[in-house]
Amino acid sequence: MSIFRRIVNSFHRSKLEQDIDRELRSHMEMRIADNIAAGMSPEQARRDALIRFGNRTAIREGITAVDAELIFDSLWREMRYAMRQLRRTPAFTITALVTLVLGIGANVVVFSVVEQLVLKPLDVPQPSGLYSVAHATHGYDNQSYPDYLDFQNKNSTFSDLAAYRIQFAGLAAGSAAYKCWYYRVSGNYFDMLGVQPAHGRLFHASDERGPNSAPYIVLSHNFWASHFDADPRVVGTAVHINKHAFTVIGIAPSGFHGTEVFIWPDFWMPIVNTPDDEGTGFLSNRAMHNLFILGKLKPDVTVQQATDNLNAIARELALQYPATDDDLSARLVKPGLMGDSFGGPARSFLAAVMVLAFLVLLAACANLASLFAARTADRSRELAIRLAIGSSRWHVLRQLLVEAVLISVLGGALGTIFSTALLRAFTRWQPFPEFPIHVTVNPDARIYFVALLLSVGSGVIWGLVPVRQVWAADSAQVMKSSAGAPLNFRSFAFRDLLLCIQITLCTLLVTSSFVALRGMQRSLRAPLGFQPQGAILADTDLHMGGHSDKSSTMMQKRMLQEVAGIPGVSAVGIIDERPLGTGGSSTTVYRQGTTDFRASNSVFGAKYFSISPGYLNAAGTALLTGRDFNWQDNAGASKVAIVNETFARALFGKMTALGLRFTLGDKAECEIVGVVENGKYDSITEPPRAAMFFPLEQNPDSDTTLVVRSPLPPAEIVPELRNVLGKIDPNLPFTFHIWPDALGFVLFPARVATTSLSVMGLLAAMLAVTGVFGIAMYSVSKRAKEFGIRVALGAQPFQLMRSALSRPVMLLLSGSAAGLLLGSIASQLLAQIVYQATSRDPLVFAAVMATMIILGLFAMWIPAHRALGIHPAGLLREE
Amino acid sequence: MARNDLQGSLDLLVLKTLSQMGELHGYGIVLHIQRASDDLLSVEEGSLYPAVHRMEQSGWIRSEWKMTETNREAKYYRLTPAGQKELIKAEKSFEQLVKGIRSVLRYA
Repeated sequence: MSIFRRIVNSFHRSKLEQDIDRELRSHMEMRIADNIAAGMSPEQARRDALIRFGNRTAIREGITAVDAELIFDSLWREMRYAMRQLRRTPAFTITALVTLVLGIGANVVVFSVVEQLVLKPLDVPQPSGLYSVAHATHGYDNQSYPDYLDFQNKNSTFSDLAAYRIQFAGLAAGSAAYKCWYYRVSGNYFDMLGVQPAHGRLFHASDERGPNSAPYIVLSHNFWASHFDADPRVVGTAVHINKHAFTVIGIAPSGFHGTEVFIWPDFWMPIVNTPDDEGTGFLSNRAMHNLFILGKLKPDVTVQQATDNLNAIARELALQYPATDDDLSARLVKPGLMGDSFGGPARSFLAAVMVLAFLVLLAACANLASLFAARTADRSRELAIRLAIGSSRWHVLRQLLVEAVLISVLGGALGTIFSTALLRAFTRWQPFPEFPIHVTVNPDARIYFVALLLSVGSGVIWGLVPVRQVWAADSAQVMKSSAGAPLNFRSFAFRDLLLCIQITLCTLLVTSSFVALRGMQRSLRAPLGFQPQGAILADTDLHMGGHSDKSSTMMQKRMLQEVAGIPGVSAVGIIDERPLGTGGSSTTVYRQGTTDFRASNSVFGAKYFSISPGYLNAAGTALLTGRDFNWQDNAGASKVAIVNETFARALFGKMTALGLRFTLGDKAECEIVGVVENGKYDSITEPPRAAMFFPLEQNPDSDTTLVVRSPLPPAEIVPELRNVLGKIDPNLPFTFHIWPDALGFVLFPARVATTSLSVMGLLAAMLAVTGVFGIAMYSVSKRAKEFGIRVALGAQPFQLMRSALSRPVMLLLSGSAAGLLLGSIASQLLAQIVYQATSRDPLVFAAVMATMIILGLFAMWIPAHRALGIHPAGLLREE
Repeated sequence: MARNDLQGSLDLLVLKTLSQMGELHGYGIVLHIQRASDDLLSVEEGSLYPAVHRMEQSGWIRSEWKMTETNREAKYYRLTPAGQKELIKAEKSFEQLVKGIRSVLRYA
């Protein structure tokens, strides 16, 4: 125990020093008293005592240094001994290291991502007290500008509230033009966050004096460095954004990238200015929800108080503006993940992965514990001898623990090195070239601390397993028996239990990953409502060419005509924003004859798109009944719409919807002329939702996506397409995609989920193999002599196999069964994250069983071979 | 060896003193060594304490605060069983050292 006392001493330095002082003083006093008794004057007596004694401070330091020296000495001795022991058994050491590298590495990676996305505050100068104001209902986190102003002016709990939205525009400086992502922010945005400019100035609340009063932009440091050569003279120059003139007034500090964790915008613009023909109408329209609100709490205000405060304002607004603010409500969430719309699912998914990673580590610990217990049993003679010659049980145990922690820390260090390399690669990775998305994960001190904690923790967990063995060891008994003595049945049973736990955990992980994979496979096969194969997309925004929404239709008609004329193009159509893209709007739908247009009177909300005649054909969307639009469905004709099945059923039940009418929030009535199949509009995982399509001429939009279907390979058709479209307007930038590739963005979450679950499953499978292999190998080698005798007496190979492997097989089967059971329970949780994940899938059940059996056979192959290859004569010679 | 020489002999003196006297404080140990060696050996008073602390930490001796006969508080040290064993070891190794040095001196 003395090592702990010494360590404790080093923390209680002051108490130790007091004690030393007291002792030294008592020594001095006794010497002085003796000196006086010998006839010195008190003065002389004191001087003599001091001279004999020497420097008191130096002595005190000498005494405390002894402690440190002793700690270091004994630890060093034990470490060196542990190193020697580990070098003597390289197989064990390497197995343990690999297991730990996998287990700890997986946890470090997962924890780093969790830290970056969930734990870390926003990367702004003053991140404390910042919250995003989302709606109380999940999934609708955008707010309208007038509501933002009311929240801002009437609240008493926030020191400030800022609004922002993220948009896309063409920026032209001199002769160069770029496609940019940018923030439109309220004037107080930078001041609320405490951001200071790197050059020039930032804009403030005082710059906003009504619509289009502040034609300024602030460039991001990255964009300035990469597109303007970091030239400070750019401040004060004019640039054109979608052909509107703006002045660059400043450069944001390097490292500041707005208030979303992933997105790195190119510049910031005051929200009152608009660089497109959407106009500034949204500044006064309560029905247009297109902003995120970010607020900074006053000191000493709780989240609950602030939420109550905002909700009270929301109720007032609902009374005042029933048509638009009927369902207004507020909920504060951690900022940085698009309100809560990305944050919610991301958080629950990460929590699930973290649990899985932790299970992998637990399985690794169980694996190591059984290996270590076996190793301790092998060393029982050595340990018994040490106990017999007077070593304390505690000392022996400490030695074992030092070995375990040493190897854990080594494994943890290696695991951390690997995972940081992985995270570096992850940070450099840009998943979508067309979006400014970076996931920056920089391992910091907190992560290293967690890695150390995990290493030491797991070392102690599996290092403590042999405690019982050492404590119960009867040295006389152990030394009497020879090394090849029959196994102690009870300690073997304990190791069996560990292996069983390990296999259970591994099966659980394998089941989870199969369930996720299967769900992913199913959701990929779910009908999308269009046929992406063989279609090419050409995206543009006519605003970038200076066209208005109204004049867009002419352009779009020309494009359709020209493209349809390209040889090899079988169909072409236009949609404003493609389904399963990143945009698309929804609006509320009312029954025909509704007079009170408050939101709570609506039937449902529906996605809406503007399409050209021929789009349905080009996209491969099946028209179930009715007709496609034609060019006679123009602004002068009566309003028509095509709806999907879900829409028709929700509004009219089993009645045929053709010819029936519904009403929109702007009181316009629409007649249904066609019904199309259901589709996916926002995400692969969404439940069926209502959608409607309007003719382009009745609902003009500058956003243009040409869907071009052709049997020719994309490499042939794209250059031709580029050529033809360039002739119509050379200034209009187009982005071309092959439609299946463009779906990467919506498939991304499911891909990430499936990949991470598969990696966990793979790790678990590897652990299961090493665990079963270890224990089977051990039992064969321990019983080699017995087998030799049995072979000599004429045992058949099958009998040998049965006795050698029956126990591992039993363990494998019972562990797998338990794991499968747990897995099916856990899958119900998984189903909330991975779409269409279900454990009641016979295929998953069969796959898990088959995997475990194959893994088991694989793991037992070598031990079984060794058991069969035992040669009695050889064994006898060895003994 | 070099370390054993000087430090080892101070350890030996302290352990032997405590085994003869039973219980003694630091000052008492200094006086005893001086007296018992007929003033040939004088322990540097300050350097005694680090050695005593190390021996205590190694479990060879135990300490306790008590009052002296003159009613002063002092820390008293006493040998533990482990210290007893250590004393035997130290005595043996010292005897060997002395034997070794003597034979070198006689060689000429």
